[in-house]
Amino acid sequence: MNLVRPIASYGKPAAATLGLVDVDIHPRVRDLSEFRPFVSDADWHRLTTYGIHARHGFAKGYPFPKAAPLACRRDAWPPGGGPPASDLPFLQEQLLDRYGLDVGVLNPLQPSGQGDVNDGLSIALTSAVNDWQIEHWLRHEPRLRGSIVVPYEDGPAAAAEIRKRAGDPRFCQVFLLSRTCEPLGRRRYWPIYEAAAEVGLPVGIHAFGYSGHAMTSTGWPSFYVEEVQEHATSAQAQVASMVVEGVFERFPGLNVVMIECGFGWMPSLAWRLDGAWKRLRDEVPHLTRAPSEIMREHVFVSTQPIEEPERPEHLLDAMEWIGWDRILFASDYPHWDFDDPRMAIPSFIPEEKRAAIYGGNANRIYRFR
Amino acid sequence: MSRHVVAPVSEIPPGGRKVVEAAGKRIVVFNLDGEFFALLDRCPHQGSQLSGGILCGLTQSDEPGHYRFSRAGEFVRCPWHQWEFDIRTGKSWFDPRRTKVRPFPAGVAEGSELVEGPYTAETIPVRVEEAYVVVEA
Repeated sequence: MNLVRPIASYGKPAAATLGLVDVDIHPRVRDLSEFRPFVSDADWHRLTTYGIHARHGFAKGYPFPKAAPLACRRDAWPPGGGPPASDLPFLQEQLLDRYGLDVGVLNPLQPSGQGDVNDGLSIALTSAVNDWQIEHWLRHEPRLRGSIVVPYEDGPAAAAEIRKRAGDPRFCQVFLLSRTCEPLGRRRYWPIYEAAAEVGLPVGIHAFGYSGHAMTSTGWPSFYVEEVQEHATSAQAQVASMVVEGVFERFPGLNVVMIECGFGWMPSLAWRLDGAWKRLRDEVPHLTRAPSEIMREHVFVSTQPIEEPERPEHLLDAMEWIGWDRILFASDYPHWDFDDPRMAIPSFIPEEKRAAIYGGNANRIYRFR
Repeated sequence: MSRHVVAPVSEIPPGGRKVVEAAGKRIVVFNLDGEFFALLDRCPHQGSQLSGGILCGLTQSDEPGHYRFSRAGEFVRCPWHQWEFDIRTGKSWFDPRRTKVRPFPAGVAEGSELVEGPYTAETIPVRVEEAYVVVEA
């Protein structure tokens, strides 16, 4: 008889001397009934009768295949049933305990009601998701922090949800998706930034969402491979819009964290914006500082999925430009492209910089310490 | 390197797999249509357990729109990042020069041969006539 011992505890990466913070964990409801205690009878009727409808046409399911069921690691399905990251004890075992996480940030994706075509349902469901985070996760596990999920297509309603949750220190950021009906610098979204700046929380902008527009500026791509790399272009459109529209001039205390958007595009976007701004600044007199300066003051990025150039110095150059104090570790658990904390941050990055990425930077911007 | 009896043949049917431990290593043994192959149960990319991956085949294309599918079930796809490894060689198909799982020699030996070895006490039950799967690790 051949006995297989369980793998010994994995432990925290040795370089995580300032703590290990994962800024991208995706909890999921086991099924919609978990939201029932947090919505009115009328909204429950609406949800169960008419359902959730993202802005990408009236089709069920994802527009692209997701590499694996629910886009998740095949070993992340809880043994007790339910979808990945729907079971707190299994998430504790497979992520928090295994890697010695000090803090994990919950970023609930669908079903969350964000960007739903029905504004009323979006308002009700996003608020329910915040109650659900408290009751199912934050109340039971102090290492986890929540994100305030908001109905972002309705600025005032989103601002109201931010102010409602702001007094609860278990929420650490406002949560948006990167594909929105209009570019995020447009004034319809400003109530979100006003509220976030007022309550002192950063705004996390996570890749994905359905905007109602094709995923590329030249139409619909054919393959999931194209969809996943498109996050870099939607992220650029959002950062450019927020910078050029003057969001950071108007709300100087505002910080944004680009989550799962990559970051290799940051320097080239800034160089192009700077070049255009120098010649065309008369068109945008409210923009009084170089776009690159604003980006390096207000924009943070997360690591997963990190760019993997053939030559390490290219990655180091990009990170150097962005700033070693502005890059945050993310695992994307439980998704298939999960990054193992021990392997994801290349060892050619100097140790004190890895420590900042693993935890120091997140502790500072989210005020975890 | 020494030989380890890890299972009776009947325990790993064609298309099946079994995780075993030999010489302190986690190893996953596959049965491809009666031929046995064993891989270290650790993806060389980020360390996930390959034994949790699905089996797939080889899809090749000379040009967009024309596809050939072959070798069904002879590749294991990592449960995390979808790296695919040829079970016969351990080579990853995307970039065979750089990413390779360590393969272990695996074969079938008659049960009667194994009785004489040092492994018999635990690994060979009463079905002496049965063939057992052996890995060298």
